[in-house]
Amino acid sequence: MKLTIGNIRITNIVLGEQSKVESGTLYVNPKELEAVVLEDSNIVSVKFDVAKPGESTRITPVKDVIEPRTKAQGEGGMFPGVIAKVDTVGSGVTHVLKGAAVVTVGKIVGFQEGIIDMTGLGAEYTPFSKTINLVMDFVPRDGLAAHDYEKSLRLAGLKAASWLGGLGKNVKPDEEIVYDFSSVTEGIKKYPDLPRVGYVQMLQSQGLLHDTYVYGVDMKQSLTTMICPTEVFDGAIISGNCVSACDKNTTYHHQNNPVVTDLFARHGKDLNFAGMIITNENVYLADKERSSDWTAKLVAMMGFDGVIISQEGFGNPDTDLIMNCKKVEALGVDTVIITDEYAGRDGTSQSLADVDVSANAVVTGGNANQVITLPKLDKVIGTQEYVDVIAGGFENNVQADGSIVVEIQAIIGATNEMGFNKMSAR
Amino acid sequence: MLKILHYINQFYGGIGGEEHAGHLPEMREGAVGPGTAFAAAFGADATITHTIICGDSYFGENLEEAKKTILEMVRGVKPDLFLAGPAFNAGRYGVACGTICDAVKEELGIPVLTGMYIENPGAEMFVDKMHIVSTKDSAVGMRDAVPKMAKLALKLARGENIGASIEEGYMPGYMRVNFFEEKRGSERAVDMLLAKMKKEPFTTEFPMPDFDRVEALPPVLDISKAKIALVTSGGIVPKGNPDRIEASSASKYGEYDIAGVDDLTEATYETAHGGYDPTYANVDSDRVLPVDVLREMENAGKIGSLHNKFYTTTGNGTAVKSSAAFAIEFAAKLKNDGVDAVILTST
Repeated sequence: MKLTIGNIRITNIVLGEQSKVESGTLYVNPKELEAVVLEDSNIVSVKFDVAKPGESTRITPVKDVIEPRTKAQGEGGMFPGVIAKVDTVGSGVTHVLKGAAVVTVGKIVGFQEGIIDMTGLGAEYTPFSKTINLVMDFVPRDGLAAHDYEKSLRLAGLKAASWLGGLGKNVKPDEEIVYDFSSVTEGIKKYPDLPRVGYVQMLQSQGLLHDTYVYGVDMKQSLTTMICPTEVFDGAIISGNCVSACDKNTTYHHQNNPVVTDLFARHGKDLNFAGMIITNENVYLADKERSSDWTAKLVAMMGFDGVIISQEGFGNPDTDLIMNCKKVEALGVDTVIITDEYAGRDGTSQSLADVDVSANAVVTGGNANQVITLPKLDKVIGTQEYVDVIAGGFENNVQADGSIVVEIQAIIGATNEMGFNKMSAR
Repeated sequence: MLKILHYINQFYGGIGGEEHAGHLPEMREGAVGPGTAFAAAFGADATITHTIICGDSYFGENLEEAKKTILEMVRGVKPDLFLAGPAFNAGRYGVACGTICDAVKEELGIPVLTGMYIENPGAEMFVDKMHIVSTKDSAVGMRDAVPKMAKLALKLARGENIGASIEEGYMPGYMRVNFFEEKRGSERAVDMLLAKMKKEPFTTEFPMPDFDRVEALPPVLDISKAKIALVTSGGIVPKGNPDRIEASSASKYGEYDIAGVDDLTEATYETAHGGYDPTYANVDSDRVLPVDVLREMENAGKIGSLHNKFYTTTGNGTAVKSSAAFAIEFAAKLKNDGVDAVILTST
C-alpha cells in the first residue's frame, strides 16, 4: 500500500469568522466547531482556546491530543470505524495540518489525565509544548458516568480533528512524503539481502478507562493481529485511555507513530520493513499468554529477522512486554524493546515490574518518578484543581508561590514508550 | 571550604604491601598518597582534612571491629563527604571501600564516593548501593580516575543534583537518572536492532537487574482455625481517604480498623487508586477488598477469624522499594497480632 502524506505547515491558529486554512494559518469559527462537537447530548458546553509555544500557559487535565488530518484522495477517511466509515485506510493522499493539535480538556474522568506546559521546565518534557494547540474545554452533563464521559470527550476530539483537517483538503501541501509498503513477496524480491524487520506494537487494553480502539474495535476483545503500517497515519488506531499521562499513547502519537516513521526511513537502505503486528495488554493471565503466543507465532509466520516491541503503560503491561520479548527471542529472532521506568523519586528502586535476561536490548523513555517543579504560569486552560490527585501529583504539591511539584508522570507524553522523545535514563 | 575524609589501604598509605595487610586503622591529618592528587583536583573547593589508612586483611578479617573503629573516626571529623579508594582491581580493597562507604552512608548519613574497576568483586557487591566511579584495572588509571571522582565528589558533598551515570562516569545500577539523548527513542531502537542483528556491539539503556522472586510458603494446615488478614494494593480506604494516600506513586500505606464491619458500602469506603476506573470499586469496595465474603466465612466457621485491621496502599506507579518498605513494617504488625495468613488483593 502506498500513502502520500501532504504536510501543510501551520504556524498560527486564529479564532474568527470564516473557518479555513490560508498561508499557514488555521482560522476557526468557534460556532461552527461547536456545532460539530455539541451533537453529543452528553456535552453541555465547550470553550475554545489557543495555546502557542512559549506562552505562559498551562493546559490541564488533558485527556487526548489529536492531529487534524483529512483524506484528500483515495479510499476511506480519518478514524475509520469511529468517525469515518469502516473502509480500509492507508493509501492515497492524506493532508495533515502539521504543527497544529487538538487538545481535549475537562473535569477529571479518572486520575490519569495530564499537564501540558507551553513554557518553562515542564515544556521540555512534553512534545505538545511545540505544537499550536486548539484546546477544547468541555462541560459534561450532570451525573454522566466516568466511562460515558470519557467516550463523549474521545469522540468530540476526533470529530473536531477530522473536521479541522477537512479545512486542508484542497490546500496545496508544503511537503509530501511517500510511504510505500510492499507485500511479502514484493519485499523479498526487491530487497533480497536486507534483514526483514517487523514492528510489534502493544496497545493498552487493561479495561476500566484503559482502552485502545482499532477501526472501532476494542482491542481487549481482539486477537493479536496485523496492520499495514500506513494505516496508522490515517487514524486506524485511537487512544481511549486514561493511563498515566507520561506513557499513554495519545491519538497524536498513533497518527505519528515514530517507530513506523523511523523504520520507513531506513526501509530499502539498511532493512526491509516487512510488517507490523498489533497486540493487546489484557489483565488476565490466559489473555497475556494467548496474546504473546500469537505475537511470537505471527513473527515466525512472517519470517522476521528482528523486531522492535513498543509498550504502553507500566506495571501490569511490563509482564506482557517481557512475555512478548522472551517468546520472540526464543524463536532466534532479535528484539529491541522500548519501555519506561518507575525507579522511584531517587531513581534507586527496581525500574520494571518484570524482567528477563533475554531482554538484553532496551530503549528507555526515562524514569517517570522524577520530580520537577513547574513554575506558576499566567494562564491556565482547564483547571488546576486536580494537580494533587492526578497520577504523578501528591498532597500539598502546590507551593505558596504557585509553583507545582509533580513527578513527570503527570506530564503528557513525557516518557513515551514508542520512542517519541529524546529523553532516556542511565 | 568542603571537608573531605579519605580512606585508603596500607599500600596506598605508603606503609607497605601484602606483609603489612594486617595494619590497624589509623587516622592522619591531611592528604596521603593518592589524596594529594585529589587535593590538587579539588583546588580551593574542598580540602582533605584527614586520611584513614587500614590494612586490607585487617579490614576483611575483623569486619565489625574495623567498621566500628573507622565509624568512630569519621563521626569525630564530621566530613562533608567520605571518599574511598580508588581500588582499581584490588579485590579486598574494593570490598573494604564498598563496605565502609555503605556503613558511613547508612549509619552516619554522610555522602560517600568510591571508585573501582567494573570486575572488582566490590563493584558487584555495592553497585546498587552507592555511586562507584568506573576506573581502569590498575593504578595506571589514577590519572583518569581522579578528575572524574573529584568532580562527582564535589557535587555529592554539596548535595547537588547528580546527572545520569553516562554523564557523570559512575557505574549504572545504583540510581536511574533522566537525561536527553541526541536521537529520539524510536531511532535509537532501530540503530540498536540493526547492530544486534549484525552481531555488532551495542549498549542496552537498561541492563536487566537480578529480579527479586519470593518463594511460596507451604499451605495453611487448617484454614478453619486460621486468623486471616486482608491486604490490598487496590487502594481501598475509608470514604474521604483520611490519610490522603496518593492515586499513584504512593508514599504511605493505611491501616484501618474493620472490627464489626460486615460490608464495605458506597457510603463508607472508596478507592484512592488512580490506575483504573474507580466506579465499580467505589460502588462496592468489597470487589477489591472482600470483607463481606470473609465475614460470611468467619460466621460459617470456614475460617478461624478475620483480622480486625486491614492494610492498604495504591500499587499504581509505586516504586518497588517503597512497597517493600511498607510491607516490612506492616508484616511485623501482622505477625505480632497473631495473623496466620494474608489474602493480598490487587486490581
